Amino acid sequence: MSPNTSESGSQTSTRTGRIELRAVTKRFRTPSGSVHTALRDLDLVIEPGEFCAVVGPTGCGKSTTATLVAGLERPSAGEVLVDGQPVRGIGKRTGFVFQQDAVLPWKSVLDNVAAGPRFRGADRRIAHERARDWLRRVGLTGFENRYPHQLSGGMRKRVALAQSFINEPGILLLDEPFSALDVQTRSIMSHELLSLWQLTQPSVVFITHDLEEAIALADKVVVMTAGPGTVKAVYPIDLPRPRSVQEIRFEQRFVDLYHQIWEALRDEVQVAYARQTALAS
Amino acid sequence: MSLTATAATADNERFTLDPSVARQNRRRRFGVYASRAAVFVVIFGGWQWFTQLGIVDQFFFGQPTKIVKQAMDWFSNGTPYGSLWSQIGVTLEETVLGFVIGVVLGVIFGIALGRVRFLADVLGPYIKIVNSIPRIVLGAIFTVAFGLGLESKVLLAVVLVFFSVFFNAFQGAREVDRNLISNARILGASRGQVTRQVVLPSAFTWILASMHVSFGFALIGAIVGEYMGAQQGLGLLISQSQNTFNPNGVFAAMFIIAILALVAEGLITLLERRLLAWRPPVLSGDAPGA
Repeated sequence: MSPNTSESGSQTSTRTGRIELRAVTKRFRTPSGSVHTALRDLDLVIEPGEFCAVVGPTGCGKSTTATLVAGLERPSAGEVLVDGQPVRGIGKRTGFVFQQDAVLPWKSVLDNVAAGPRFRGADRRIAHERARDWLRRVGLTGFENRYPHQLSGGMRKRVALAQSFINEPGILLLDEPFSALDVQTRSIMSHELLSLWQLTQPSVVFITHDLEEAIALADKVVVMTAGPGTVKAVYPIDLPRPRSVQEIRFEQRFVDLYHQIWEALRDEVQVAYARQTALAS
Repeated sequence: MSLTATAATADNERFTLDPSVARQNRRRRFGVYASRAAVFVVIFGGWQWFTQLGIVDQFFFGQPTKIVKQAMDWFSNGTPYGSLWSQIGVTLEETVLGFVIGVVLGVIFGIALGRVRFLADVLGPYIKIVNSIPRIVLGAIFTVAFGLGLESKVLLAVVLVFFSVFFNAFQGAREVDRNLISNARILGASRGQVTRQVVLPSAFTWILASMHVSFGFALIGAIVGEYMGAQQGLGLLISQSQNTFNPNGVFAAMFIIAILALVAEGLITLLERRLLAWRPPVLSGDAPGA
């Protein structure tokens, strides 16, 4: 493995948003009463401002990792630390973009984006002003008064991104945010995400099952084992920034990295697949 | 720094129908209206005809022309208990009061129990027990306890409305999309803000659906209450007509109540459209009976 040479690595000392998971285990009680272990002894560090992509087969606990860092769930064992402090409840500086639509359908686009500042006690006028600003950044000027159902899937994702970024999170968790979009829209949205990320440089945990997407976006790619999930390997991505998500996949270095990481991921995917088919038969 | 968006406008283009299709639609709609008129003529014409021939005894079943005459008589000469309008006014007052109080209580309790698990666990069995009582019989108790005035009718209407709204609000609060709640919490919403800005609007779809039914319940509560003992109102009109062997009076009062219920239904639908403007419109083809 080559050392991490991306620029974000050098700024670690002054910035906040360091995420650390120490021997984290998470068990769930299933409706039938048995115990399901989603994560086992997971160790992972994400430096401030680092873009970390987490890939793994279906059901390996990728999403659980994100909910633990967000404070939506507590670990059964081990510790989740943000800037050295254990996570208890939802952090003020945390943003989360969900896989499914999570924008409030009864609020207009403008009110949705302004929701964060409004919840946090900002004046209505100021919140709207900032929301307009962020809507401009995600290219949704002119759609302020629409309801979410009047927008396309890609546009709703832009609303969700603006909704998260307006709070200027130090930590941004994205749980397969673009998986419901078609391939073209997805690559456009990935590109926009990178531009937004470079504006405020939060630490990012990007959960995905798409290895191409992971390499194109991230500073480092974490491969997880088939459930119970733990870290199988970490690969620094030394592709230069700024990147063009659409074109970077044709570069030789990208292809090499893809081969290398796919080797590790393939075994886990096969294990997970074999288990699924065994259950089904 | 601004990102370039390639977002397509969400404007729906209006497309024009092929004239032959339009003609076909028009013909179909005419067919529906004509058939409706035919159903009306068969039912009321048959009623009139059979009672005139004496095949059906009008002493028991009344007669459409006499029902209309009875209603006209009430409108122009008033009822034994004052003008017809004041009877309608009294019944409406009881109904609307009972409806509003019942809905407000139902929403408050439903959302509270839906949000606070402890409350739901403690009060759940009691609510089930009270709900299993046939509530109409409570009317008898209310009439004795609160007299022949407004209170006993309003109370019966409240009891009937409350449970239907309560169960819907409760279910609505329980079935809120987890993602929406998580998202709001991460965006910084407090528990109260989640209740007001996520749970309540989400449950409103359920609550409004129950309001259609429960206005009918409120009307039933008021009428039954009046029927059991009152000094004014449409229910009293029905019971007095019954006691004087006047089926036309019973039917006339019944049709007046039906009209009230239909108007209220229309108003609730309007309210629903306003409050649920954020919902994607239901695709309106030429749905039968629409």
